[in-house]
Amino acid sequence: MERDNHQGEAQGVHISEPPSESSLPADTLVTSLSLLGNHMFPDAGEKQEEINSTADKEEPAELQQSDVALKEHSVAEPHSNQLKRLETEEAETSVDLNNVSTQSTDREKEDTAMDNDQSDSGEFVVTMLAKAKLEEQGIGVKGRSSPLLEAGTQESPAFMSHRDEDVTAESWRQHRKHVFVLSEAGKPIYSRYGSEEALSSTMGVMMALVSFVQSGDNIIRSVYSEEHTVVFLQKGPLVLVCVSSSRQSEEQLRGELLYVYYQIVSMLTQASISRIFEHKKNYDLRRLLAGSEKILDGLLNLVDSDPSFLLAAVHCLPLACSLRDSLSQILQKAITPNLVFSILIAKNQLLTIVQEKTVIEDTRLEPADVHLLLNLIGASSAFQAGEIWTPICLPLFNPDCYFYAYISYLDPPECTVCLLLLSTDKEAFYAVAECKRKIEEAMAAQNSLSLIAKAQSYSVSQVGVSDLRHFMYKPFDVPDNYRQLTQFTSPEMEAPYTSEEEKMRLLDLYRFMHSRIHSTSRPLKLIYHVAERETLLAWVTSKFELYTCFSPLVTKACAITAITKLLRWIKKEEDRLFIRYPPKYSTTPNPSKSSRGGKSDQQDTTDNGYLSLL
Amino acid sequence: MALRELKVCLLGDTGVGKSSIVWRFVEDSFDPNINPTIGASFMTKTVQYQNELHKFLIWDTAGQERFRALAPMYYRGSAAAIIVYDITKEESFQTLKNWVKELRQHGPPNIVVAIAGNKCDLSDAREVQEKDAKDYADSIHAIFVETSAKNAININEVFIEISKRIPVADGAGNSGKGFKVGRQASESRRVCC
Repeated sequence: MERDNHQGEAQGVHISEPPSESSLPADTLVTSLSLLGNHMFPDAGEKQEEINSTADKEEPAELQQSDVALKEHSVAEPHSNQLKRLETEEAETSVDLNNVSTQSTDREKEDTAMDNDQSDSGEFVVTMLAKAKLEEQGIGVKGRSSPLLEAGTQESPAFMSHRDEDVTAESWRQHRKHVFVLSEAGKPIYSRYGSEEALSSTMGVMMALVSFVQSGDNIIRSVYSEEHTVVFLQKGPLVLVCVSSSRQSEEQLRGELLYVYYQIVSMLTQASISRIFEHKKNYDLRRLLAGSEKILDGLLNLVDSDPSFLLAAVHCLPLACSLRDSLSQILQKAITPNLVFSILIAKNQLLTIVQEKTVIEDTRLEPADVHLLLNLIGASSAFQAGEIWTPICLPLFNPDCYFYAYISYLDPPECTVCLLLLSTDKEAFYAVAECKRKIEEAMAAQNSLSLIAKAQSYSVSQVGVSDLRHFMYKPFDVPDNYRQLTQFTSPEMEAPYTSEEEKMRLLDLYRFMHSRIHSTSRPLKLIYHVAERETLLAWVTSKFELYTCFSPLVTKACAITAITKLLRWIKKEEDRLFIRYPPKYSTTPNPSKSSRGGKSDQQDTTDNGYLSLL
Repeated sequence: MALRELKVCLLGDTGVGKSSIVWRFVEDSFDPNINPTIGASFMTKTVQYQNELHKFLIWDTAGQERFRALAPMYYRGSAAAIIVYDITKEESFQTLKNWVKELRQHGPPNIVVAIAGNKCDLSDAREVQEKDAKDYADSIHAIFVETSAKNAININEVFIEISKRIPVADGAGNSGKGFKVGRQASESRRVCC
């Protein structure tokens, strides 16, 4: 281990300016790395060597792969495309061994004031640190201050269960994907599994890595081992870390961390997060997120199980065009000043979105913002009682401002159809609630709820291609829709993808195909991938991105014919599969978008369709 | 029969049982695994009080700190506030005192304050003595009850007490608060009809 790291250090001297106190601190980072490794994957004794050897071994393999269309890799392993970066990464991480001690002493000063409620894992790290002659410096091993524990952990034991996980247990280490959020001061903010305070020392080590690399004007991006990929993302005062054995690409994992960051921003706004940490560097952000862990948990589950996140596109519920239009018109007629978006959701999928015209001339609603809203609604049953009025930020729309969201289910007690109205005016509850009543009345008159209840996702058998098992189709340019909300369509997963494991396996294959298509170093346009139990074909053009899954016996020619048929079918069905002409409305006569007190001109601008700027 | 709309908001620390109290009052049900409220939840319930119908417009606010700054939006114009604490958590009683202060400073001048010590079914784990809380409530002229949303103890009673304390609608001697309450009622009538 020692030897490897010295080698690493030698490789990368040019990357960072070597600070004066190099030798001991260098050991420090080595130690931190291995500590992190020891905690996350205790069998990582051979880890570092493996990094080297895999990188060497696999490099030529990578080179053999060509961009040529329809190149066939029989059993390409998902991680092969990542390996190319290994060497650089490794150099980067092992080089920057310089400043940990300074950083950690700083933090030590901040942390000494706090109590010392170390968990087992904390002690474990402490022991290791002691071995590394680091007793004096101690990397973030102190616990967090205790009065703040209450809010987060005692509220509702029922949904906190995985927070009580023993972080020293093997089962904890074996989770497929860990996500940690911490502040720049090394304070735990969120952990997907296990309680944050039990993990404070682990997070301290993570922060040590981050700040160490930072001290050399570098940014730590990832660490690879045989089994795991550790990806770092720094956003303002927050550091997000993902430790994954899912074999996803670094870019994909970073994308997922970004969603986590956005979900936090959607609750607090970026501006207030920055302000808080400017004011008090070691603020415990969990005070503000207490009670909202479930929203982050839900997001991470969704990210793993719903390809919307991977594709950065919205999946809407297939619906007869006429019904969708009538719903849109109902929303379009129930408006009030400062209402910006009216969104109708059924079964956690989008039915329609109607939006204020002038706002959309400036910008558009991003799929990620819609995902966050859908997750928020899906993650908490709190919306099933009464009418909710809550501030919410759409980070891609504007990370620093709140919208005020009116959320109410239209079909209690089943609670499948949800109305979401976003206003810029925080006092507008009663006016917006009145809109809901209008919408309810109109929907009752048209019997919309029972029609919506019949709507469901479709079966791939409807396409009529025998070998086709599943697909995901994302058009870049739905005709006539300039700056349309990016959508995709996909049938239900059917046999053999019915169990959770099989579903996940198919999604993993898609993720692998996606990572190849979107590889930053070597993007591909078309991949024909013969896997063990199925054959996949992914194809990206200027018009669409398509992922298909066939039975393993399909031939290349068959697959291509099938795709032609599939594209024809989608074309025929697109009015049903996508929100084609999202309508808009105007709530203010005056085109300045946040103008308050504009008279409610309830004019119904039904220029439904063309040139829609959604 | 005259219908009066009374805006009532629930305030208090996270997890003390505000939503459970409202659920019990409005739906007469109890969910031990209720999710933390996000933002604030609005519900209504109409009950008869003497020869009037009182329609309670209830704002059940989230106790989480991140929503704290929004509280004025909900207690502004309220006829009454129910401040809830958890009898098994001393800390929640301290938070309650802060809410009382805030209402005194920024709330409507004659808002009726009710203090509810919830979870009185868990008296084994009691940290706040009933007498202490009662004395405190008396000192600020607040309604005081210990409640259990779980066992439906004293939930309706809190609202009845509020009805009692709300000044008569058309009486002469209620210039200040009558104005407040009246205005609120007319403001919210837009919503409900």
